[in-house]
Amino acid sequence: MQQGAAVQNEKSQSARPLFLRLKRSVKFFFRNFSGFLGLFLVIVSVSAALFADYIAPMEAGQASLSARLDPPSWADETGESTFLLGADQLGRDMLSRIIYGAQISIKVGFFGVLIAMILGTIMGLISGYFGKWMDDLIMRLADIQLAFPFILFAIIVMSVLGPGIWKIIIILGITNWVGFARVIRGQVISLKEMEYVQAAHAVGGSHFRIIRKHVLPNVLSSILVLATLYIAEFILLEASLTFLGLGVDPTIPSWGGMLADSRNYITSAWWTATFPGFAIMLTVLGFNLFGDWLRDKLDPNLKV
Amino acid sequence: MIQYIIRRLIHTVFVVLAISLIVFFSIRLTGDPVAIMFQAGEPTKEAIEEVRENLGLNEPLIVQYGIFMKQLITFDLGESFRSGLPVSTMIAERMGPTVLLALGGILVAILIAFPVGILSAVKRGTAVDFFGRIFSLLGISFPNFWLGIMLIIVFAVQLQWFPASGYDGWKSLVLPSIALGMILSGILARLVRSSMLEILNQQYISTAKSKGIKDWVVIIRHAFRNALIPTTTFLGIQFGSLLGGTVIIEQVFSWPGVGRMIIDAINQRDYPVIQGGVIVLAMLMILVNLIVDLSYSFLDPRIKVGGSDK
Repeated sequence: MQQGAAVQNEKSQSARPLFLRLKRSVKFFFRNFSGFLGLFLVIVSVSAALFADYIAPMEAGQASLSARLDPPSWADETGESTFLLGADQLGRDMLSRIIYGAQISIKVGFFGVLIAMILGTIMGLISGYFGKWMDDLIMRLADIQLAFPFILFAIIVMSVLGPGIWKIIIILGITNWVGFARVIRGQVISLKEMEYVQAAHAVGGSHFRIIRKHVLPNVLSSILVLATLYIAEFILLEASLTFLGLGVDPTIPSWGGMLADSRNYITSAWWTATFPGFAIMLTVLGFNLFGDWLRDKLDPNLKV
Repeated sequence: MIQYIIRRLIHTVFVVLAISLIVFFSIRLTGDPVAIMFQAGEPTKEAIEEVRENLGLNEPLIVQYGIFMKQLITFDLGESFRSGLPVSTMIAERMGPTVLLALGGILVAILIAFPVGILSAVKRGTAVDFFGRIFSLLGISFPNFWLGIMLIIVFAVQLQWFPASGYDGWKSLVLPSIALGMILSGILARLVRSSMLEILNQQYISTAKSKGIKDWVVIIRHAFRNALIPTTTFLGIQFGSLLGGTVIIEQVFSWPGVGRMIIDAINQRDYPVIQGGVIVLAMLMILVNLIVDLSYSFLDPRIKVGGSDK
């Protein structure tokens, strides 16, 4: 039965190779649909951030009092509005501000995760590889960190330091290393017992060399998956803090800041609250979808 | 068991100690609190001195911390700069609404996530499962305060079904609870789905089915009951982030809880209130986690917590 199917498969393949190839790639596309959709959303938001100066129809700060709270052009009954997504309380183009806002979110996501990743990887490697009291110390630190909700810590520190993008990035980075450290520690503990690692040790490889050559390459895929998912998380956290007035400087266009501004106009200008939220949602969804897909491909057993 | 409880309590004391250290020093190491407090106005020398005296900032740092801890043990969190009221009284007044909101959020999460998760698992691979999974991914992808604003626009401003803000009867609890619980329901639905799938493959499920018990009875009585164990643990762990979430949701809905008190205190640079509010919220979380950990063995007698604590 199986053989028969295989023969038939071969036959039709030679008869209609193009059709089959197409069918296979369509199948491939749908099986990986979530990954493609995620990657697409990620590319859109990252390019909005990188090329904001070229894409945005207006400058982010360009205000016009006559255009105060102009509705989106397609929803404007008077037909006067020229803004695709409407204008905010100072008559600034929402679309342009959303495009510039991507810069903040992407910057916070990437650099924040970079810090958390480096810190968490180092901690996880030390904890898993050397074990003993270093492991105890680092894991107790992790427990404390996990017991203290990030948002409360950020509120305390940011209320004292005042707003600023690099402050947010550093705080996010140094308070979220635990996720990386735990996963890497677990993997290193089992890697350490592998024969090739023991062999490398026996022939006199230094700890540093063993970690670099034999341990680190094996945990890279988990690090990559975690990093993608953490970017999504960090973008949400930054938006929340900026919304509370504790994140990015309110004069810089950011999605959280735009939502904070919109609160006074929700009865009269729904578009000021709606579109920045969609921008956050689609970007975060993109990183989540892509991260989930990466995990299924690279590291299906990883628990996040 | 007793030994385990004692060890956990000692551990908890250490965590609380560490948190008090973090809170205390992160305020003081980032600059002179009094200078920051008066950033906006032009204070007189006497005003600055008075505040320094009140805060005990003229003492050496170690002594200050000692005093702070001594007061903390007796639940004395100092007095508000603004109102002069004891911080502990202020927190006690506002704790009720915050806990109510958090419970509302958990209720919403459970009401949504259990049916979605169970259906996804039972109808695995079908359209129901697909939409269930899309729902849970969407659930964790938007900021809860934005959902709050959207709910206000639709249900308070347009339809006028529920009040947009305030703390007045069960109706005012509906929108904030949904805004708070939605994200949790997304994560929870995923967890319910995966634990149900794991259990549905067990032999005792096939046995129950083969005995001719109705499908839904097997699903609820045999499968779901066991799926409750990881779920409860998870809810306990998530209670913390839920409390963090109330800080923001309270702001959106003008909810008179601890979170809004903290944010107001930040805007007024009322340090004792910020400090006290954050410490109490953090302690509440740790306490809940402790209770959840201890309740494992009641939910599932097979688990012996004393054996290993990880």
